[in-house]
Amino acid sequence: MYIVIIGGGSVGYYLCQALLKEGHEVLVLDKDSVKCERFGDDMGSVCIRGDGCEVSTLADAGVGRADVFIATTNEDEDNLVACQVAKHKFKVPRTIARVNNPKNEEIFKKLGIDCTIGVTNIILKHIEEELPAHPLTHLLTMAEEETEIVEVKLEKNSKAINKAIKDLKLPKDSVLALMIRNGQKPKVPTADTVLKLDDRLIALTRFEDEAELRKVLVG
Amino acid sequence: MNVIIMGCGRVGAQLASILDNDGHKITILDINGHSFRRLSPNFSGTALLGDGTDQETLKRAGIKETDAFVAVTEGDNRNVMAAQIARHIFNVPKVICRIYDPLRKDVYEAIGIETISPTTVFAQLLKEKLLAK
Repeated sequence: MYIVIIGGGSVGYYLCQALLKEGHEVLVLDKDSVKCERFGDDMGSVCIRGDGCEVSTLADAGVGRADVFIATTNEDEDNLVACQVAKHKFKVPRTIARVNNPKNEEIFKKLGIDCTIGVTNIILKHIEEELPAHPLTHLLTMAEEETEIVEVKLEKNSKAINKAIKDLKLPKDSVLALMIRNGQKPKVPTADTVLKLDDRLIALTRFEDEAELRKVLVG
Repeated sequence: MNVIIMGCGRVGAQLASILDNDGHKITILDINGHSFRRLSPNFSGTALLGDGTDQETLKRAGIKETDAFVAVTEGDNRNVMAAQIARHIFNVPKVICRIYDPLRKDVYEAIGIETISPTTVFAQLLKEKLLAK
């Protein structure tokens, strides 16, 4: 694949290195000639000096035949514009933007960027998953369906313990997909399954129902 | 008319002062408080310190009730981002955005953002002056 990367900072640099290793054709654009030279020393002529938001620069870089376009600078507005120009002017099929301010992630999606990567949110999620203090952790978000997959651990103050699933007042569109019980193989719970202390449940829920689900399972 | 102007540079400040004088309700935004010195001493609108690409700032500026939004900061990309937020997130009826780069302007015109490129306009004016008898 031909992949164009905007921004030769550390994200752009290591991304370029990894993609080259996988056998892709990669081109990096950066406004700063010093950054471009660093690429030259290590990877050959993969970095051109230029403004990745400028139509003429992108045309010179052959963005018209790019399969993927990735904007990795630390300015959100530059990443947005670079991706939009690539998408609307050069019809690049897949545009990916790094989002520095977590608030902008939703805006970028609404404005047509195919994929956004919010570093702050990713780190936050990892911290959440690592911290045992949270009885409910987010595993995966499916933004388009407004649905998420969460893991819930039944701790001793949970009101769901010793109850059958059919007796719980789960939100309408929430599903308990999987139950993991101490040392046993994961099971798909049925309506008659009785929950026990320390059970771990993988559940699907709509964003708006998360608080309700938490109330039923965590207490 | 309620108008939000983003960027209190020479153009933003002058536009704010003219519209204010005509009796419109103006809110002008800038990330640098020092820029507000450019407003005319009689300016009776609101000068708000904040970033026009930030939704909270826009809400404080009254974006939900505004009739028009004008983006005239020094940065093309900031203008374009703020203009799209105003247009597509807050559905502001009239949004105008300054883009110096004529080629970038064409891209955004094509996707429905009303833009003015001072580069194109000024070059044209200069040509007319030069060729005028």
